[in-house]
Amino acid sequence: MSSSTIEIAEVPRRSLASVAVDGIAALGEMLVGGMMELGSISIFIWRTMQWLFTRLPKRETLLPNFYQIGVLSMPVVALTGTFIGMVLVVQTFVQFRMMNMETRLGAVINMSLVRELGPVLAATMLAGRVGSAMAAELGTMRVTEQIDALASMGANPIHYLVVPRFLACLLLIPALTLMADFMGALGAFFYAVYLQGIDWHHYLENSQRFVGVFDVFAGVFKSLFFGAAIAFIACHRGFHCDPGAEGVGRAATKAFVASFVAIMLLNLLLGIFLDGVYYTLWPEAPKITS
Amino acid sequence: MAEALFNAEPRGNLVEIEGLSVDFGRHRVLRGIDLKIPRGQTLAIIGESGCGKTVLLKTIIGLIRPTVGTVSFEGKDLARLGERELTGERIRFGFLFQGAALFDSMTVAQNISFPLRQHTKKPPEEIKRIIQARLAEVGLPENVLGKKPGELSGGMRKRVGLARALALEPEIILYDEPTTGLDPIMSDVINELILGTRRQHPVTSIVVTHDMRTAQKVADRVVMLYPLPRLRMDETQIIYDGPPDRIERSPDSRVSQFVRGEAGERLMEMRKQNVTYDVQNGV
Repeated sequence: MSSSTIEIAEVPRRSLASVAVDGIAALGEMLVGGMMELGSISIFIWRTMQWLFTRLPKRETLLPNFYQIGVLSMPVVALTGTFIGMVLVVQTFVQFRMMNMETRLGAVINMSLVRELGPVLAATMLAGRVGSAMAAELGTMRVTEQIDALASMGANPIHYLVVPRFLACLLLIPALTLMADFMGALGAFFYAVYLQGIDWHHYLENSQRFVGVFDVFAGVFKSLFFGAAIAFIACHRGFHCDPGAEGVGRAATKAFVASFVAIMLLNLLLGIFLDGVYYTLWPEAPKITS
Repeated sequence: MAEALFNAEPRGNLVEIEGLSVDFGRHRVLRGIDLKIPRGQTLAIIGESGCGKTVLLKTIIGLIRPTVGTVSFEGKDLARLGERELTGERIRFGFLFQGAALFDSMTVAQNISFPLRQHTKKPPEEIKRIIQARLAEVGLPENVLGKKPGELSGGMRKRVGLARALALEPEIILYDEPTTGLDPIMSDVINELILGTRRQHPVTSIVVTHDMRTAQKVADRVVMLYPLPRLRMDETQIIYDGPPDRIERSPDSRVSQFVRGEAGERLMEMRKQNVTYDVQNGV
């Protein structure tokens, strides 16, 4: 444009100081934004809890969510669980064989499956398959005013939309975790015994000796927190979705990324906590290295 | 004069808005709105896009909380009500959303019966009878009942939305841009439905629109809002409040321009803004 070329010269050059000030301002804005987000999700969780204990949703709103979130996630969790179990054998077999300790693989692999990989894998698959879908679905409902429509017809959106999803995630993720544990153990057993020729009796005996009920419980216990985190983060993202297709897409992506980060963080904190519980209950407990 | 004529009705006011301001973050959308809506009136709220019409409508039903001021419905301040009382008041409203906001996971029949299933314990046969009656009222054939909203045209979706809004026989119906995005014939069908609804039920209606034809056809009173960024601090946001037949002769050039649909000096302003925009982006 011809008229604008004259004005370009008038745009002032930014000094170093102003760049620094802008940087600090941007940092501050990010911090404030983060705190507001944290506050907003805390209120969201509080309100969900209030509704949860006020009145349970109707059967016909609960069951479709249970089916969608729990039942339909089974195949993918089972499949990835099996592969994770097998690949653990692939990665560890050579090293353990060199020390002639390949039957100990049963202990190492099953322990890591039930304590860490099973719950984290199930939670990651749930965040990817269900979390982003929930954020996108609720985001679309927000953008197309369906959430407003619910409220305008006297149905509380948190009660009607969030509570069933939260319950489905919370109550069904233990089942998914056990599924991942079981299929992982099965995959590892198959690969170790049939393809690498490890003695099955000693493989199983080692597994049984080192992996206790507490380890399985620890994994399931952690998964409850993962499930709750996924539901809260995904539903909150959906409820606060920006307008348009771009907003919905961003809500879905953010829901997955934030859920994943939350899963990792919770996993670390709960791992430390459960370890403390374990050694308080059984101070003489054998360690896997002994 | 218009104030005296329209704000003081013997039957009393259903909705009273006093000193209402609404902010979104740092952005103020409504400022100092005073409006009294008498029972039985059909009020059209007009104004250009982004002037806060829809926000005003959603504040009336309590979907948006006022930053300053009060909105009262029959003397009750909706912002002060608890969840349960708010639900009790909300079912006296019918809301037709701009895109109809039908639940796309449900069929048309489930959509229309949603408020009935939520708030009444009517037997299925009775619910079915009400669905059929509402559907007939908005002029839709019964074979749409099993369809999902995605399979319907825009006009049909709006009419299903109206049928759903009417399901609980509300005392006040809020229409958000009822004719936007529809062809002229379908727009007039919707206008006739708004008029027909008022004839059949003793309702108060608030119609938010930028379609002058709708405002002039259905309303007894027109209120025009003006976008805040274009106003001085001392000016009120409501720039017209009176009967629809007098709006064309309004002495305010902003009102008459809107009624006639003329861009006027706005075009010049936009060109100026474009130049600064280009400069900022280095064009």
